[in-house]
Amino acid sequence: MARELLKGNEAMAEAAIRAGVEAYFGYPITPQTELLEYMARRMPELGRVFVQAESEIAAINMVYGAACTGARVMTSSSGPGISLMMEGLSYIAGTEVPCVIIDVMRGGPGLGNIAPSQGDYNQIVRGGGHGDYRVITLAPATVQEAIDLTVLAFDLAEKYRTIAVVLTDGSIGQMMEPAELPPMRETPRTRPEWAVTGARGRPRRVLTSIYLDPYEEEKTNQRLLERWRQIQAHEVRYREYYLDDAEIVVVGFGIAGRVALSAVRAARAEGIRVGLLRPITLSPFPYAVIETLCQQARAFLVVEMNAGQMLDDVMLAVARRVPVAFYGRMGGVVPFPDEILEEIRQVVRQPPRLEEDLREAWFRRWSLAQ
Amino acid sequence: MVTTIAPETTYEKVYERPRILMEVHTHYCPGCTHGVAHRLIAEVLEEMGLREHTIGVASVGCSVFAYNYFDVDFVEAPHGRAPAMATGIKRMLPDRIVFTYQGDGDLASIGMGEIIHTAARGENITVIFINNANYGMTGGQMAPTTIPGQRTTTTPNGRDVRRSGFPIRMAEMLATLEGPSYVARRSLHDPKNIRLAKKAIRMAFEAQARGLGFSFVELLSTCPTNWGLSPIEAMQWVEEMMIPVFPLGEFKVVPELKGLRV
Repeated sequence: MARELLKGNEAMAEAAIRAGVEAYFGYPITPQTELLEYMARRMPELGRVFVQAESEIAAINMVYGAACTGARVMTSSSGPGISLMMEGLSYIAGTEVPCVIIDVMRGGPGLGNIAPSQGDYNQIVRGGGHGDYRVITLAPATVQEAIDLTVLAFDLAEKYRTIAVVLTDGSIGQMMEPAELPPMRETPRTRPEWAVTGARGRPRRVLTSIYLDPYEEEKTNQRLLERWRQIQAHEVRYREYYLDDAEIVVVGFGIAGRVALSAVRAARAEGIRVGLLRPITLSPFPYAVIETLCQQARAFLVVEMNAGQMLDDVMLAVARRVPVAFYGRMGGVVPFPDEILEEIRQVVRQPPRLEEDLREAWFRRWSLAQ
Repeated sequence: MVTTIAPETTYEKVYERPRILMEVHTHYCPGCTHGVAHRLIAEVLEEMGLREHTIGVASVGCSVFAYNYFDVDFVEAPHGRAPAMATGIKRMLPDRIVFTYQGDGDLASIGMGEIIHTAARGENITVIFINNANYGMTGGQMAPTTIPGQRTTTTPNGRDVRRSGFPIRMAEMLATLEGPSYVARRSLHDPKNIRLAKKAIRMAFEAQARGLGFSFVELLSTCPTNWGLSPIEAMQWVEEMMIPVFPLGEFKVVPELKGLRV
């Protein structure tokens, strides 16, 4: 396949189609609407299912129903719509059926705005819906990666009977850049042995998330946890840049990680021994690699487009062995490479101290700069 | 008068439990008509030979465990979302029969958006709607179908329409849409009406089997426990109090179904 100039949202839609998605249920919301529109055009063309639902609540429940039949299904939305889907996601998690969600993040809270943000990290990575469950969360930094991770999301969702979320943002969704689409895969021909399809020549099957007996529910929780442990053991993904001799380790995901890479390169040109760790799976989070980096790093610098949501995970892994600094932009503001370069220089000039409150330090400096 | 029966007389079996209705005790209260509604659905599915082709969608409320009583594939939906889930299932498996079984809190309150739009899309599913004028499972709160003046735990002095609004007539409302093929309201309070209810359920499934689009049967049902009435009083209450607010009848029958003898 040749590289083409592709828009992020449309590229993810076509990637899902080539991954064999059989049904898409969605609702318009900026900045993901092109994904819905692309599906409206392409899915019927291929004889596959497309429904524009009356709300994100209906969309996720259509996904839930279709997933119960063992079909490969997905939806996409952005923050406010993802909030409405949380009920359905919790039920889907509790019923242990696979599906793929694409969250093209925008500024928030509330109606916020339609500019790129990373403010849904906690909502997706920490759960969001009620009850005890985790979802696989994949964070692309380029249109190419958005394509690749969309395909991977279907594979992982089905392998583990879980929800897989591609957590991206308005900039990836809206940008156009050269990328290569994967070959077209066939849609699944068989249905899994748990699927509800009509009890033809077999005993009936029931798919539910209700277990009134607490011991039964606990067994379900245990099964979900065991599956999550498998995912943690086998599915952690990240990219390392210039880390071999790095004394300063920048950590950033998605578009913030990509901007940080430009800053890291510029800092390298100035002779600063700095590298970048870009988590690709935000959940399961690459705790182990950060722990290992503590042996070589003098300081970490976490860069995000939120008030420090992934920061909590980095701090858990660092466990106060090494000082951590933070640079965040919020509200839909994308940092420029120069800003992050300046933060790297600042870490060199005035290294963060273990005993200082890093959020307070960031907030003070950043407020003064405004 | 004493009738003696000759020992050689054999009896013809005129009724038996439909095989689709599982032989288990239900969790429903004495005098509750959920059991009657279940039996009618099971009979219709059996008569139409649909056991292996049907997928049911249970809702939230007393009927959350409906899947324990039907020997067909089932899923259990979030509160009010059964029509959306059924849409997802039916779109993937258009040759199967898909039905939801929902109460009035589920369908007419929290799930109002889903039911209206599923009907408007003409989604080829069947919805069985149990209207017992209150939230049963949570202990008898006001539902969208609670009649004016009716006491519930959240209208302890009776439903005051100035503060709590008016009941919603779902069947009439859905019948205004283009999507539905069949919309009826029946009652389960006496044998005659139970027979009519079965006919309506049969019509609804026939509509789906013929691909005519969304079909809907509202069933006026009893809730003696939460109404604070005996089972017999509850039957009378349906007749005297509910039917005047929720008149029985067929509100929409597409021409393709007219003249169909069931």
